[in-house]
Amino acid sequence: MNEMKAKPRMPDEVGVPDPAPFMHPLSIKNYGTWDYHDRSRPGVLRHVSKSGDELFTVRAGTQRQMDVYTIRKLCDIGDNYADGYVRFTTRSNIEYMVADETKVEPLIAELNANGFPVGGTGASVSMISHTQGWLHCDIPGTDASGVVKGLMDMLHSEFIKEEMPNRVRITTSCCQINCGGQGDIAVNVQYTKPPKINHDLVANVCERPAVVARCPVAAIRPAMVDGKPSLEIDEKKCVCCGACYPPCPPMQINGDDSTKIAIWVGGKHSNARSKPTFHKLVVANLPNNAPHWPEVNAVVLKIVKAYKKDAKHWERMGEWIERIGWNRFFEMTELAFTKHHIDTWTGARKTMNQSAHVHF
Amino acid sequence: MKDGDNVNDGDQNGVNPTPHLDQLEDGPWPSFVTGLKRLRDTQGAQYAPMMNDLLGQLNHSYENRRGYWKGGTLSVLGYGGGIIPRFSEVSEQFPESKEFHTLRVMPPAGNHYTTDLLRQLCDIWERHGSGLIAFHGQSGDIMFQGCTSENAQIAFDELNEIGFDLGGAGPALRTAMSCVGHARCEQSCFDGVKAHRGIINRLLDEMHRPSMPYKFKFKFSGCGNDCVNAIHRADFAVIGTWRDDIKINQEKVKEHIAEKGRKYTIDTVVSMCPTRAISLHDDDTMEIDNKSCVRCMHCINVMTKALSPGDDRGASIMIGGKRSLKVGDLMGTMIKPFIKLETEEDFEALEDFAEEVMEFFADNALEHERIGECIDRIGVPAFLEAMDIPADPNMVNHPRTSSYVRTDDFDEESAKYFERKAEEAGMMVGDD
Repeated sequence: MNEMKAKPRMPDEVGVPDPAPFMHPLSIKNYGTWDYHDRSRPGVLRHVSKSGDELFTVRAGTQRQMDVYTIRKLCDIGDNYADGYVRFTTRSNIEYMVADETKVEPLIAELNANGFPVGGTGASVSMISHTQGWLHCDIPGTDASGVVKGLMDMLHSEFIKEEMPNRVRITTSCCQINCGGQGDIAVNVQYTKPPKINHDLVANVCERPAVVARCPVAAIRPAMVDGKPSLEIDEKKCVCCGACYPPCPPMQINGDDSTKIAIWVGGKHSNARSKPTFHKLVVANLPNNAPHWPEVNAVVLKIVKAYKKDAKHWERMGEWIERIGWNRFFEMTELAFTKHHIDTWTGARKTMNQSAHVHF
Repeated sequence: MKDGDNVNDGDQNGVNPTPHLDQLEDGPWPSFVTGLKRLRDTQGAQYAPMMNDLLGQLNHSYENRRGYWKGGTLSVLGYGGGIIPRFSEVSEQFPESKEFHTLRVMPPAGNHYTTDLLRQLCDIWERHGSGLIAFHGQSGDIMFQGCTSENAQIAFDELNEIGFDLGGAGPALRTAMSCVGHARCEQSCFDGVKAHRGIINRLLDEMHRPSMPYKFKFKFSGCGNDCVNAIHRADFAVIGTWRDDIKINQEKVKEHIAEKGRKYTIDTVVSMCPTRAISLHDDDTMEIDNKSCVRCMHCINVMTKALSPGDDRGASIMIGGKRSLKVGDLMGTMIKPFIKLETEEDFEALEDFAEEVMEFFADNALEHERIGECIDRIGVPAFLEAMDIPADPNMVNHPRTSSYVRTDDFDEESAKYFERKAEEAGMMVGDD
């Protein structure tokens, strides 16, 4: 022990590990020479190489935040029913690669028997990409894992089937920074009140000029409060974005009732058909109602159902709305369109209808 | 996923009640709460007391709808970033999870693992951490969540010994992501693993010793489907594409139509082409006007057997994607419409360019400014000039509509354009 202390270990700066030792042998053999793929059933992909080799992938949902027992269970399944090679998708689904088609059904059965839903491929609702929340983040307004658990319980049948018009990618984020990313549907914290400042702490905890600079609407200025150097907010200017809270925790943006949830639709990463898009506001001010968030679930379900019923095959959420028009969307989902839906930020005018095109 | 009754519930002193979290154990989706409880209930495990208090604090958050973590400073010897320190603000009530830090660790490119490797990661985190791991965080890291300040170094050393390295945090190069790519996808237009490892491993110093104006992210998608969300989320997005014609197997086109129907094929393929570049002949063969095609991937996604990307493959580079803070959302915009990515020299050129862009960012961005904001501030033409990249119509939706620009060197710029065009034409002739 003393020797170790005398000679501290310096890191071996290995960088990004080479994945080759962990790839399925057929991935190595057919690297870059795949020919086509198809899906025999939801949750299963068959990739065929130019060499004629076939590689089957079985995709299953996970809870992302996994205990070692869950991971080892997934490994046991991979050793007993698959070839021992796995990967994780961008949305935290696990994928098992197998060379032998006869392994596919027993593998699915074993995953299901252990509570891992098989699906998330093609025109399904895949796992929600989400953030850390109350479990680990230092600025969270909600707990993404809990929101996601409720939503995926509700949408489980749409994960294991491929019955949507096109893929549905949902995201959740625990603050307006939106680490969960863009989505066909995004469930994000939306603050509704300016931060409450603890003036006793600001001078010691916050680098005041940096906090002033962080505000997107220049609503923060240095001030002496009760003889102490602190910060004050022009509450008329404040847009309640929470940007000042990470660099200055005494500017508490979260409140029991003022931290709300907003739902956005029509974000799209892919370039397929239309160009990538950002998601757009649909409804704000939903309560942060842990542990089940029923008001959030109800709105998401309405949107999913309307899209499922009305969109054409291969239309993503945003493309569907583009076709039917926003007034029809708000009618079909029985949600209100308000002045808050009209953008006021930089570039807002480009989001307006600058034509005589009107939907009735 | 439910593991039956929890042995500790109620009948042993010291188990924090979790009435709110208990409600998240039912339902068909795997429950993270059940997993956390499994760790809490592992008799004799070093992490069990920590997980008991972690669950207590989390339940406390559910009750009061507040987070109770604060940041701090923690790193391992030799590095300045890669660990997310978390100290509890309610450690008097929940002392065992007073320190609950996360190690961000870079996964193998493309997120490939063997079960053996996953077990090694579990074993290390069972010995020194909480037993809780996320595959993966939104930046693309394996998130080893929950360890004490003392154990952070020990856990890192063991992870490092089996070939893993810390990822990025703070104003630094961040952990990158790449799609499954060549390993299992016929649509992949370049070797994402090679590009990903080449760039990150060359610039690694910028990850481990944060000294940039703000974060900088690379993401690599093999085609325009952009499965790692690079255009929205990366400062530097590399998106696979091709220059020659889409490959058509007319027999497979006919099979597709026989299976799916002619009307369905017209509705879902022909009519959905964003540039109206596809037509279907009366004999069910397909024609594509490749000069109009924008490589969006839609028709190839629908007709996976009949259509595929061309052979002259490479990538586009888009720069400046980010989320709202603070000028508003920005997507990456086209900066290099096409780079070839085949030879060692091609990949080296990409790495050189990545390094140049990082240098530009380090030299020109203001504190807490992403490169997209920096470019907006100075204008894309100034960035192109700094990078010595010629203007290209693929960079814009349309030419400018504002007349407020000084154009007295327009003729010189035009001459450069025509000279470049002539050179390209010459090269094409030479290649033949």
